[in-house]
Amino acid sequence: MDDYPISHSAMKMSVTSRGAYDRITKRKLTCLIGVIGALILTFFVDVITGPAWLSMNEVIQGIFWPDSSDPMVSVIVWVIRLPVALMAIAVGAALGVAGAEMQTILGNPLASPYTLGISGAAGFGASLAMVLGVGVVPYAEEFLVPLNAFIFSLISCMTIYLLAQGRKNQTETIILVGIALLFLFNALVALLQYMASENQLQAVVFWLFGSLMKATWPKLAIVTTVLILLIPMFAKDAWKLTALRLGDSKAQSLGIDVRKLRLKVFLSISLITATAVCFVGTIGFVGLVAPHISRMLVGEDQRFFLPLSALSGALLLSAASVGSKMLIPGSIFPIGIITSFIGVPFFIALILTRKEGHW
Amino acid sequence: MLAVRNLSFSYGQKSVLQDINLDCKPMLTAIIGPNATGKSTLLKCIAGLLKHRGSVTLNEVRIENGGAARQVSYLPQDNGSPIALTVLEAVLLGRHQYLSWRVGQEDLELAFGILEDLGIEELATRPLNQLSGGQQQMVSIAQSLVREPQVLLMDEPTSSLDLYRQLEIFNLIKEVTWERNIITLVALHDLNLAARYADRLVVMNKGTIYNAGEPDEILTKAMIKTVYGVQAEVYMDGDRLPVVVPKVPMSSARRKRLHDSMEKGDSERVLLDRLTLGSRYIGQSTDNELLNTEIPSKAQQSIILK
Repeated sequence: MDDYPISHSAMKMSVTSRGAYDRITKRKLTCLIGVIGALILTFFVDVITGPAWLSMNEVIQGIFWPDSSDPMVSVIVWVIRLPVALMAIAVGAALGVAGAEMQTILGNPLASPYTLGISGAAGFGASLAMVLGVGVVPYAEEFLVPLNAFIFSLISCMTIYLLAQGRKNQTETIILVGIALLFLFNALVALLQYMASENQLQAVVFWLFGSLMKATWPKLAIVTTVLILLIPMFAKDAWKLTALRLGDSKAQSLGIDVRKLRLKVFLSISLITATAVCFVGTIGFVGLVAPHISRMLVGEDQRFFLPLSALSGALLLSAASVGSKMLIPGSIFPIGIITSFIGVPFFIALILTRKEGHW
Repeated sequence: MLAVRNLSFSYGQKSVLQDINLDCKPMLTAIIGPNATGKSTLLKCIAGLLKHRGSVTLNEVRIENGGAARQVSYLPQDNGSPIALTVLEAVLLGRHQYLSWRVGQEDLELAFGILEDLGIEELATRPLNQLSGGQQQMVSIAQSLVREPQVLLMDEPTSSLDLYRQLEIFNLIKEVTWERNIITLVALHDLNLAARYADRLVVMNKGTIYNAGEPDEILTKAMIKTVYGVQAEVYMDGDRLPVVVPKVPMSSARRKRLHDSMEKGDSERVLLDRLTLGSRYIGQSTDNELLNTEIPSKAQQSIILK
């Protein structure tokens, strides 16, 4: 490299520019740390609040010294509150990552698991199980609803991708087919609701609202495992994914196999989304908004954008989980409703207060 | 040595490149030719971005399907979407194959060095979506150079830049080409820029190579007339470099208006029109055929201008 003319001038590298870059990097890291701090806080509040009116001391004792605490407190904390609070974080992170990478590979700020009809497909799969008792996977009665939701999510993803495959305007086709599927699955769910009995209808509507209350340690383990397996793959391709945001032709000119990258990421986010929504139902807002919040805070550099999308998704859902318990003390609202109540004002405030061209 | 052998390419049924054979040594080669003649497509084929017939090899290693592709840097005309990314991060993307999660000091210094060489180091921390079109083009050039390629392919690299920046960029490209001993191919429309900076010109016409050679051999009145359909004078400047001065093609409507004016005896208006044309293009005042009128003498011109 020493004989390269550019590197000679690198010797006189501007100290001020380097300092400015370091400051920007530090600012992004500060954003990450700030969101982690807020997430720890909401997680803590999420665990100590609930209809059982346990005191903070009881909850802390129940977490750290379950053997010496009241068995009922121990059960509430370990069987209900901790799985729910952690599931909010895991599913929020999953939806945040899925939305971020969908927007990245499709180059469209409106892409999210909800707007592409993946959540709608999950809703149809779940409704099919609840209303008609039809399961895609035989001999899985206990997991009929989540398995149906999972399989239909994957089917919708594959349909979207296969229909767009080989088309010149691949990303536009994916988005348009996704929106068409959203309407199709919504209509099919409406049809099932029309056919359903009163009890079945209640179950379907409650599932479609989205709820963390059915969270269990095994379900949490499944969502977390999928995230742990797939997020490092996105991290490995962080620079390529950042380049993809410049557009296909630019990314190709930088030596990136755009089609291969898009397929790999699409399959991964399909799996993440399907896993997340099959256990908690339709939660529409997180996957769309978490990436936007992250983009405004740290820009498009995926080294910061990806973890912050996961963290802000987790924070949104964790805060929504707290909100769902605080709205009417003593009862728990479906979380899918609360995410929008909390997220929309926050998101609009961010849009209105951001400076032009900044993030 | 970059060797292109029997390269052909079609977009569906439409043949764009036919049986291209080209050898490029380490020097600055400019590809010139009219619009839609296949210059950009040829660069994309060489970069391995389009599936084509024939072969492209760098030192006898095929570029397409991996191989020597890492040693090739291609700068498209499209600067990419202006997104929320700092200029420095955008430049670093040029080295994505070598970068890990944490950017090394060497890569940072290389990126800063190129920004300094291009005179845009003050933009390092600015977001791309705050830059002008010209500034974005400079960032794209930096992205291309930071890869330290063996083959540098550039498609109209200075199309959005002012005259000063054009000269500055071509000085840098020439310097990098010679000092690094790399093969540089630049698709260009500006014949005078090509003549001034290219060591060799390749003329493309209708998907084939019309001619190739040194600028003073290639840039002739006959070539410009045949390939571009434009009448032009070619002079030698003080550095013995060819300078192309095109004759302004005039629409038949404008020609008719001038003749009508003449018939009405509106001689002053004709002469003023003639002077205006003459001032727009150097050498235009020697073109008698275009107007079929006499050029005003120096004395007449001074009277009219007064």
